[in-house]
Amino acid sequence: MTTLPQSTERKLGLVIDLDTCVGCHACVVSCKGWNTENYGAPLSDQNAYGKDPVGTFLNRVHSYEVTPDVGATQTVHFPKSCLHCEDAPCVTVCPTGASYKRVEDGIVLVNEKDCIGCGLCAWACPYGARELDAAEGVMKKCTLCVDRIYNENLPEEDREPACVRTCPANARHFGDFADPDSNVSQLVAERGGIDLMAEQGTKPVNKYLPPRPKDEAIDILAPLLAPIAEEPKGFLGWLDRTLEKL
Amino acid sequence: MHPAPSIIFFTVFSGLGFGMLSFLGLGKPDVSGFTAFVFFAIAFAMAVGGLAASSLHLGNPQRALKAFTQWRSSWLSREACLAVAALATMGLYAIGVVFFDTRIAILGLLGSSLSILTVFATSMIYAQLKTVPRWNQWTTPVLFLLYAMTGGAFFTAQMWLMPWLFPLLTVVQIVAWVLGDRRFANAGHTLETATGLGRIGKVRMFEAPHSSDNYLTKEMVHIVGRKHVSTLRIIGLLSLTFLPWFAMVFLPFGHMLALAAALLHILGALTTRWLFFAQAEHTVGLYYGQR
Amino acid sequence: MNQPVIDLSPKVSDEIRKTTCYMCACRCGINVHMKDGKVAYIEGNRDHPVNKGVLCAKGSAGIMQVNAPSRLRAPLKRVGPRGSGEFEEISWEEALSIATDTLAPIRAEAPQKLAFFTGRDQSQSFTSFFAQAFGTPNYAAHGGFCSVNMAAAGIYTMGGAFWEFGQPDWDRTKMFMLFGVAEDHDSNPIKMGLGKLKARGAKVIGVNPIRSGYNAIADEWVGITPGTDGLFILALVHELMKAGKIDLDYLANLTNAPVLVNGDPKSEDYGLLMRDKDNKYLVIDRVTGKPAAYDKKGVRPDLRGSLREKGNSHRSVFHLVIEKYLDPQYAPEAVAERTGINAERIKRIAAELADVAFNQAIEIDQEWTDFRGEKHAKMVGRPVSFHSMRGVSAHSNGFQTCRALHILQIILGSVEVPGGFRFKPPYPKPPEAHPKPHCGVTPGQPLDGPHLGFVHGPDDLCLDADGNPARIDKAFTWENPMSAHGLMHMVISNAHAGVPYKIDTLFMYMANMSWNSSMNTRGVIDMLTDQDEDGNYVIPNIIYSDAYSSEMVAYADLILPDTTYLERHDCISLLDRPICEAEAAADAIRWPVIEPDRDVRGFQSALCDLGGRLGLPGFVNDDGSQKYADYADYITNHQRRPGVGPLSGFRGENGDQNGRGDVNPNQIQDYIDNGGFWVHHIPEEAQFYKPWNKAYQDWAVETGIYDAPQPYIFNLYVEPMRKFQLAAEGIGTRQPPDHLRERIKATMDPLPIWYAPFEDGHVDPEEFPIHALTQRPMAMYHSWGSQNAWLRQIHGRNPLYLPTKLWEQNGFSDGDWAEVTSAHGTITVPVAHQAALNENTIWTWNAIGKRKGAWALENDAPEATKGFLLNHLIHELLPPKGDGLRWANSDPITGQAAWFDLRVKLRKVPAPAEASPGFEPIKSPVGKGPKNLTWESGK
Ligand SMILES: Nc1nc2c(c(=O)[nH]1)N[C@H]1C(S)=C(S)[C@@H](COP(=O)(O)OP(=O)(O)OC[C@H]3O[C@@H](n4cnc5c(=O)[nH]c(N)nc54)[C@H](O)[C@@H]3O)O[C@H]1N2
Ligand SMILES: Nc1nc2c(c(=O)[nH]1)N[C@H]1C(S)=C(S)[C@@H](COP(=O)(O)OP(=O)(O)OC[C@H]3O[C@@H](n4cnc5c(=O)[nH]c(N)nc54)[C@H](O)[C@@H]3O)O[C@H]1N2
Ligand code: SF4
Ligand code: SF4
Ligand code: SF4
Ligand code: SF4
Ligand code: SF4
Ligand SMILES: [Mo]
Repeated sequence: MTTLPQSTERKLGLVIDLDTCVGCHACVVSCKGWNTENYGAPLSDQNAYGKDPVGTFLNRVHSYEVTPDVGATQTVHFPKSCLHCEDAPCVTVCPTGASYKRVEDGIVLVNEKDCIGCGLCAWACPYGARELDAAEGVMKKCTLCVDRIYNENLPEEDREPACVRTCPANARHFGDFADPDSNVSQLVAERGGIDLMAEQGTKPVNKYLPPRPKDEAIDILAPLLAPIAEEPKGFLGWLDRTLEKL
Repeated sequence: MHPAPSIIFFTVFSGLGFGMLSFLGLGKPDVSGFTAFVFFAIAFAMAVGGLAASSLHLGNPQRALKAFTQWRSSWLSREACLAVAALATMGLYAIGVVFFDTRIAILGLLGSSLSILTVFATSMIYAQLKTVPRWNQWTTPVLFLLYAMTGGAFFTAQMWLMPWLFPLLTVVQIVAWVLGDRRFANAGHTLETATGLGRIGKVRMFEAPHSSDNYLTKEMVHIVGRKHVSTLRIIGLLSLTFLPWFAMVFLPFGHMLALAAALLHILGALTTRWLFFAQAEHTVGLYYGQR
Repeated sequence: MNQPVIDLSPKVSDEIRKTTCYMCACRCGINVHMKDGKVAYIEGNRDHPVNKGVLCAKGSAGIMQVNAPSRLRAPLKRVGPRGSGEFEEISWEEALSIATDTLAPIRAEAPQKLAFFTGRDQSQSFTSFFAQAFGTPNYAAHGGFCSVNMAAAGIYTMGGAFWEFGQPDWDRTKMFMLFGVAEDHDSNPIKMGLGKLKARGAKVIGVNPIRSGYNAIADEWVGITPGTDGLFILALVHELMKAGKIDLDYLANLTNAPVLVNGDPKSEDYGLLMRDKDNKYLVIDRVTGKPAAYDKKGVRPDLRGSLREKGNSHRSVFHLVIEKYLDPQYAPEAVAERTGINAERIKRIAAELADVAFNQAIEIDQEWTDFRGEKHAKMVGRPVSFHSMRGVSAHSNGFQTCRALHILQIILGSVEVPGGFRFKPPYPKPPEAHPKPHCGVTPGQPLDGPHLGFVHGPDDLCLDADGNPARIDKAFTWENPMSAHGLMHMVISNAHAGVPYKIDTLFMYMANMSWNSSMNTRGVIDMLTDQDEDGNYVIPNIIYSDAYSSEMVAYADLILPDTTYLERHDCISLLDRPICEAEAAADAIRWPVIEPDRDVRGFQSALCDLGGRLGLPGFVNDDGSQKYADYADYITNHQRRPGVGPLSGFRGENGDQNGRGDVNPNQIQDYIDNGGFWVHHIPEEAQFYKPWNKAYQDWAVETGIYDAPQPYIFNLYVEPMRKFQLAAEGIGTRQPPDHLRERIKATMDPLPIWYAPFEDGHVDPEEFPIHALTQRPMAMYHSWGSQNAWLRQIHGRNPLYLPTKLWEQNGFSDGDWAEVTSAHGTITVPVAHQAALNENTIWTWNAIGKRKGAWALENDAPEATKGFLLNHLIHELLPPKGDGLRWANSDPITGQAAWFDLRVKLRKVPAPAEASPGFEPIKSPVGKGPKNLTWESGK
């Protein structure tokens, strides 16, 4: 299965809104919780209470500073999980066929029963979206919550990824990018969604909405206020006149 | 990249082993019986030992057979298939040479080609990775093949080739370093492209996602000091090519000397291979503020 | 392609149990998925009024909290010296007998010798009930070191505060300013609100020296100099007033701006508000030009009102407001340098506020009737809103700065209007509707009333006959008259000093006082372990309840181990700090969704037992037997007033009454069946203008929030403050000590002012030029998070962040360490660079540093080797100034701990092996955690 499908029926993925993400790590932990209990092996933690704890996470939130040519430095919280690339190099390098991209929705998955834990797919991924679980020796990655989004044991409104459901700021959106009318396609169109490291040619499905312009100088709609008085006396005069009119 | 001993050992020794086998398959040296046995034993030990070492790197080695299934697309799978094919072919060939004093040339030629292809496939595992620009260039397969040829020739005592191979390897290795040092920058991957925030301004990491390390930082973010690199490069090249070559050309030949030269060569190869991994920068490093 | 077949509909769990999260005080609703009787997964409850399905990182990591190796396992009796961590496990019977034997004689002889202080618990109405029944005046929760400035300023000014008592109208506001907030109690609602603003493209301005978290997504960042918000806010007020961009109607009708102020300098009432014979505020009626009661039907209060009497002019509050804030000292140009915000920018922000408030006003077609009986066809909204928390309140000028912010809101007419700031029931509630503090002690008897409350003048202070503080924390004294939440941060040092008197037993619950919740941590540790000449501990007995092996456990003599939040009953009550939203009243419960696997008991249940053993009124039946079997029993059967109990939902025998009603024996089950909470919506016509809206007032009475309608007007001018000033001027029988007179006169201004943070006046700002702050990490709750295997990977250490200027000046690079010194102490810690930071400010994440041996972590855990506390640099007293006095490092009005006044200097030092100060490891009463975790509850 190591070859990629020519095309997929749907292109499911996430939109991450960098203008809205406050960097709370809620998505990180709900992802950890759901995927520890569900799809495949639990996400383990080594040295859990010791010196150098290292655990498997499928979604992590980085923080960056961006310094424009003029103006104050900005802070951007930056969640990152698998982008479910259309041209996923992690899939084609896999020697066992454990890595694959689903034909019906484009989700990139690891079939843990076949995975030998060689790590090559993680090397092939430009984004750091795959982590080898140290306890189980298999490659873990974001499943786009494939065991939620179709799950008939969940109420319909809950059939979305755990990270999307939990995001308090609503900075994460899930949908079908193949459908131009979907919420995600529209957000991308309106807000100019972008690809990460486009030059890698992976054609990520997940898109990022860039932060809106910040710290903009003078708002033309609100010219500076004109004083009506400089002194309490003048002010009282104005007050008299104004109250008369009320 | 994390310079994992198992992977360094694997690439160096499987390269040497298959390099030797490719010469042996061509009947160089044209030996038989016990002498041949010794040559083949060394070659197989290195090739098989290398491959075995690589399995130490696997999370689930018991499923290794699965790795033979994806030869259509995966270089790692191809390498596995080719390695087995090469070993099997050369095994048959070796049986003929060692026990029956019969050289089936066509089998040898096939085995030799498969051995070379195996080394090529190994090199392509690395060369294919766009994520590691230093590897992702023509020098990687050329270098791997040259390492295999040089070591193979040296260990099969093809001394006539050494005046060509040692300098060639030296030059290509230096070229690979020089090109490699610029490769990441030339590929254009920056934290700005990685985050898409470049249109706003200059980007730097403020906080890593977790205060603790993770698989990615341990596996793919490895920093070697610049000074360290130059020292290791010099030591590496000296022992890889210069000293063995010098010994062979200028010192009186002796078995102990040959052994010392061989060990030096191996040491050199291990050193430069360590650098090959340790110096390789993965694009993931960008996200962690490394590069 | 032959893809593997995967199960797309795996079974998620056997059962969902709905309860309330407790990883912080936000109290979100959670769905606990159970597998084989174990907790498998926790997600937000979509129906819940607080979080509507979302959940933060801590909430999602609850499973690691509930299974943490640091959980206490059984009652503990100290066997080694205090602080060693050496304990023996004892039975509950023994533990409760020890406690009874300690407390019973105290109650019989001198109840004040018990100091009972609780941390950030959510059962204060119950713990205070216990303390009151016991009879000690020495009870409070943590508010004094947390955010009492915020709460008190809000309640005195407008009958409700930011914090968790109100919220912006997230759905309608068009411009939102956030002052000094990193996370706050209302964690998820704020994030959800910001998400709404972002989705609508509304403007967010973050005022904060640090640009992270909420401030990172703000459209505009104002990187203010710490401690100067008051100046910035009053400059905005100045600009708006000067331009006449204020809501005159709102001010005239709904605030005390038109109320007349006694202008007779010779009167004992000079500066107090004038009242008629029915004790109603007097205004001048614009219709008649005559004085009238402010709330008379048809009255048109005149903002310009003034009354000539016996040669004196009694002018309206508004006159004073005009005089004060038009003064050039508040001009943008005058404050620019101190605030670090340029004048143009202040002017532009003022203009934007005015534009949105007045040019982009919104209207809702909804009739309502005000308290004067006047009908209004529409609800007019000023869609600018504000929120603020500890960045403003944790300074020694915090009370006045919070007040200033409320004044800004009020002059814009944006409180309790569409698009503005809205209260959450049981607020609004005028200050007069709160109890006054009580301190009347009678041995063997309950206290004469509730401990905490709102003072309205010197008469309400808690002083004994000699004028000495009646409370161990010196709350409600001349040092901090309006200390509505008590001063938990002063308890240990006062008890140690024996001032105002010695105590016998310190009983604490859920506060890590020997570590992150104290200033001067080392000093506190020494006080807790200090012995007198006879080798007795200076603080004789310490009883403590914690659920985990925290740093504080080691310093107690007796430990009552609590359950985790999924193992006990709790109620989040309208009598306390409920979970209401602006649209609805709501409360909630916790219930044991799992049974404890250890010999632990819910603390409140233990108190029911202890109260019974001590024979406390309210805790025993007539025959002297224990009244409440456990907390669940109390929650169900206790009534504060007839028909009003801890829970407002499902009251009455059949559980069909809201707010008021008889006891419902099945109430807890009704809550469980309803998802663990109860919501009761406010009718549409009562949604806004709540303090003045007849429909709201009636609804609140019906719901049991008030016993009678209590409309009121906002206090631009806070009269009780003037009463303290008058006392300081020598008027009245209760007089402050002389050394406090000047300070009271200066700081207790009834109209908000700004003064420099006190530390500025006690340390040399030249020597200590840098402001040092902490912020709460969103994924950690104070000290509890470190025991959580998932969360500690996110925040397992905390660098000290330095701005570019200091980074470059000192030649720092990655991996470097610095020695940081304040007037009080020195720490050596790892540093990191942050460019989006006020250039004179450094900061770190709060409470990441841990003591070796605590929390079941290994001794070499990064929390203990590289993590650190800033608390070592902060003292509860300011450095001596040569006047022979040690002034408290607190707000002079409320006593709020001034955490963020801290000033430091720093220098680069070679990297040491570990951060300092270092402490001896304490012995862990619970051992250490396992090395690796592979968690899957189904397996
Ligand atoms: N430098 C600096 N210091 C600060 C602050 C700051 O901003 N900067 N902030 C201050 C503020 S506002 C606050 S509120 C304090 C908070 O300080 P604390 O109130 O001390 O906060 P925690 O660290 O959460 O400690 C509470 C204790 O409760 C225990 N606990 C947890 N769950 C339970 C439970 O279910 N039952 C029981 N019985 N115990 C439990 C924990 O184990 C812990 O020991 O810190 C203050 N300290
Ligand atoms: N995740 C999480 N949530 C929590 C807690 C927790 O520990 N973790 N603790 C809870 C508790 S007890 C409390 S009290 C609340 C407190 O919640 P917050 O009020 O958000 O408290 P802090 O994190 O101390 O944030 C104070 C903010 O004020 C800024 N600041 C400091 N000085 C100034 C100043 O002079 N001016 C301005 N404008 N800003 C300033 C700081 O940079 C910081 O961003 O959070 C509660 N919620
Ligand atoms: S993000 Fe990485 S792991 Fe995911 S599909 Fe793309 S290359 Fe593969
Ligand atoms: S680690 Fe597993 S999924 Fe990844 S390439 Fe190797 S076998 Fe394939
Ligand atoms: S989609 Fe699911 S697996 Fe992927 S990051 Fe979100 S929660 Fe994790
Ligand atoms: S949950 Fe949402 S806001 Fe929080 S870090 Fe994740 S994407 Fe950002
Ligand atoms: S904000 Fe988080 S920790 Fe606090 S109650 Fe809600 S889910 Fe729990
Ligand atoms: Mo707090």
